[in-house]
Amino acid sequence: MAPILELRGITKRFPGILANDHIDLTLEHGEILALLGENGAGKTTLMNILYGLYQPDEGEIFVRGRKLVVQQPSDAIRAGIGMVHQHFMLVPVFTVAENVVLGQEKTRAAGFLNGKAAAEQVRALSQAHGLEVDPEAYVKDLAVGVQQRVEILKLLYRQADILILDEPTAVLTPQESEELFNVMRALVLKDKSIIFITHKLREVLEVADRITVLRRGAVVGTTTPPKASRAKLAEMMVGREVRLEVAKGKATPGQPVLEVRDLVVINDRRQVAVDGISLEVREGEVLGIAGVQGNGQTELVEVITGLRKPLSGTVRLVGKDVTGAAPRRITELGAAHVPEDRQRDGLVLPYSVADNLALQTYYRPPFARGVVLRQEEIQRSAEARIGEFDIRTPGAKTPAGSLSGGNQQKVIVAREFSRPIRLLVASQPTRGLDVGSIEYIHGRILEKRQEGCAVLLVSPELDEVLELSDRIAVMYRGRIVATVAAGRVTKQQVGLLMAGIVPEGLEEQREVRTVEVTL
Amino acid sequence: MTKAKAKPKPEKGKPRPLPEPDAGHALVQELMATPAEPPGAKRSWWRRAGRVALVPALAVLSGLILGGILIAVTSPEVHAALQVSVIDGIGTAFVVVFRAYAGLLAGAFGDPFRMVAALQSGDPLAIRRAFNPILESMVSATPYIFAGLSVALAFRGGLFNIGAEGQIFVGAITATYVGYALVGLPTIIHLPLALAAGALGGALWGFIPGWLKARTGAHEVINTIMMNYIAFRLSDWLLTGPMKAPGQFNPVSPTILESAWLPQFFEQPIRIHLGFFLALATAYAVYWFLFRTTWGFNLRTVGANPNAARYAGIKTGRWIILTMTLAGALAGLAGTTEVLGVNHNLAMAFSSGYGFDSIALALLGRSHPLGVVLASLLFGTLRSGATRMRIVSGVPIDIISVIQAMILAFMAAPAIIRTIYRLRQPAEAEEEVLVRGWGG
Repeated sequence: MAPILELRGITKRFPGILANDHIDLTLEHGEILALLGENGAGKTTLMNILYGLYQPDEGEIFVRGRKLVVQQPSDAIRAGIGMVHQHFMLVPVFTVAENVVLGQEKTRAAGFLNGKAAAEQVRALSQAHGLEVDPEAYVKDLAVGVQQRVEILKLLYRQADILILDEPTAVLTPQESEELFNVMRALVLKDKSIIFITHKLREVLEVADRITVLRRGAVVGTTTPPKASRAKLAEMMVGREVRLEVAKGKATPGQPVLEVRDLVVINDRRQVAVDGISLEVREGEVLGIAGVQGNGQTELVEVITGLRKPLSGTVRLVGKDVTGAAPRRITELGAAHVPEDRQRDGLVLPYSVADNLALQTYYRPPFARGVVLRQEEIQRSAEARIGEFDIRTPGAKTPAGSLSGGNQQKVIVAREFSRPIRLLVASQPTRGLDVGSIEYIHGRILEKRQEGCAVLLVSPELDEVLELSDRIAVMYRGRIVATVAAGRVTKQQVGLLMAGIVPEGLEEQREVRTVEVTL
Repeated sequence: MTKAKAKPKPEKGKPRPLPEPDAGHALVQELMATPAEPPGAKRSWWRRAGRVALVPALAVLSGLILGGILIAVTSPEVHAALQVSVIDGIGTAFVVVFRAYAGLLAGAFGDPFRMVAALQSGDPLAIRRAFNPILESMVSATPYIFAGLSVALAFRGGLFNIGAEGQIFVGAITATYVGYALVGLPTIIHLPLALAAGALGGALWGFIPGWLKARTGAHEVINTIMMNYIAFRLSDWLLTGPMKAPGQFNPVSPTILESAWLPQFFEQPIRIHLGFFLALATAYAVYWFLFRTTWGFNLRTVGANPNAARYAGIKTGRWIILTMTLAGALAGLAGTTEVLGVNHNLAMAFSSGYGFDSIALALLGRSHPLGVVLASLLFGTLRSGATRMRIVSGVPIDIISVIQAMILAFMAAPAIIRTIYRLRQPAEAEEEVLVRGWGG
């Protein structure tokens, strides 16, 4: 039997870039094919060609053995190809059912919408495929993971049997990802075939039947999970050996740099988000804050960096009281902040890379003389940083918004790390980045630790926290349930703590910490 | 015992609500990207500037073409000719449109034959008269430049200053008052005082909505509109009461003392005055402030991404207030130069919509001072040419408003222009190059 989908020699050139270089790809009936590659490897371009958003310069597409010319998305949809984009295409104020039938609405006589029939149909569809969702709920009220199910339902409603999921887990929590994988497994049992685009190695090994790896627009190879390992896949993706486990020297903690005492913070909805937290970070150590997102980590970081005023409690930085101080004072005392949402807080996207690199220091010599900006200095320094931190950009004057996510993050890291700093607050420093960038940023963070900088690392990625931290504080509902030494704890134990459960063996350590805190 | 301390205390330092991005904000974002210069493009900055100016230029062209169609369609002459035959109708249409636009051009720039004749005759009076139309266009452009800069500056700070009109009125009121009430000062003191008073009046009118926005999150669009109404009625009241010229039947202020007049360069009726050059200098100052100082960096950062501005330690609230205050001062100067340079007193409804047109100017000029100056010169010439157009061709002045409106519609929807003229989509970087096209 012919494969359900076959791409032969697909080539796409953009000015100056060979985005896809004679790519051959086959998708068998009823399998999950993972398309793995770093950002910019050509995965999305390839799928956009398949979906009719781009025209290939060369190459052919075959669906069920028959040649298919895809000039626009409707051609692809007619051939049974459906795509869930990284950014959802839903109408927030419509219900689930309305979103699913949008464009192919059921109507009664005289063109009136038949909302009830639509809801019924969507309910039947969702039950048939194990995609639990309430058809009458409004999309704006749904969690991201559920919205994604709506996107998948849209495809199923249009009778797609080749599903393309573009980086579907980038926006999901680990639990939601797990659910998505279950849905994917259920779908292939129901005769669907799935192309799963990602750069996360663990996921690929978990869910894929076959794995095709792209690098710089070309297929590097195809393998299967039993024959592959994370290290091997990473090497295929990046083209060299990648250190997935970071080699970390012994910690030599010195003086406390950051001291937080009895901090209580309320969030924008006037709920208590941080409920009496005390912690301490010393020179030359990494304190990791683990926890499911939304347990007060964001607010804690905001208070430490001066972006939010606490209700009570104190924050001391290098021995000085900075409770409720302005961000600039905290920065000038030697704090650096890699913010959780780089596009929202960390960068001014329309500004050039150079201006973004100067965002914390533009008002000081050498970048300013009095109030006059010295563009040449900003430019010169930016060019040095771009080289030093390997930021891939056409130039220092390119707008930051046109860089890839990894390079945007490098701009922030370059800016924050190249000042003399005493404290580094890194909030989800590798969110949405590919393996190569993660390796790089982890290395830089540990370098700072080695230099004697105190590091507060906040991340929902448990692996990241476990790898980098010397001590781990687990946050749950605004409190620290336990602080443990990184070497003496298993992933499972931290997982339990993240759910608010203190495993038995850890009671003792927790006591010790509590005593220390009340000193 | 820490519990007791945890009791909510009045939150004095609570972070203020940041402006929510809305559709307007998205527009501002699009208008404000910092320039991106592809490497090695240094040599051909004028080509890139040309690319940036292409859409505005084509918008103007399209506006004029559509205006021409409108003139033809509404002309009774064309209707009469159509009764004879279609050919006659079309022929007449071309004649009518040509005559109207020739009148417009002559009114805006002057009659070339007259200029040549005047130069040959060597009579200074004749020369001045011949060149008067273009000088008059500069007079019309002066308040446009100030008001356009006001809106552009606010745009850069992420704010919509719909209140330029009101700020113009208040600036004119304070400048007029200082102009006639302070007696016995020499020009060197009186004129700067009157100018400063006008700027301060406008600044106050900008400060209030800015302060409201920063402290309470009240949207500046609503508040600047309301401030306009207050300014209009305030001026009505002052001109019928406290500021009414004694012994005058009309509601006008006393005449401003000559010591506070902006010097005119020629005898009447040639009205070109120092204000025009003041406007050009101010445009350069605004450019320098925005793109060459840390203050401008603060202002633009708050406009481009208020969250990142806060993260970078910029006091966003303070800069919102400052931006609106500066914008108000600029608009105040628009009113000031009108009363000190042209009218020499304050009359009711003297501004006739400069403040509202200035929103258009800022858009047409892409919120860049140089762009604003060019757009203002264009609107100034349209305005000053309109009278002559009516005299020579009978086309009503209102057609100019229609043309201005259409230019704006095309600016607001560049996709239409791109489709009509089959331009390719600009690469992200190209669009905003003009920002560095001046002095840098």
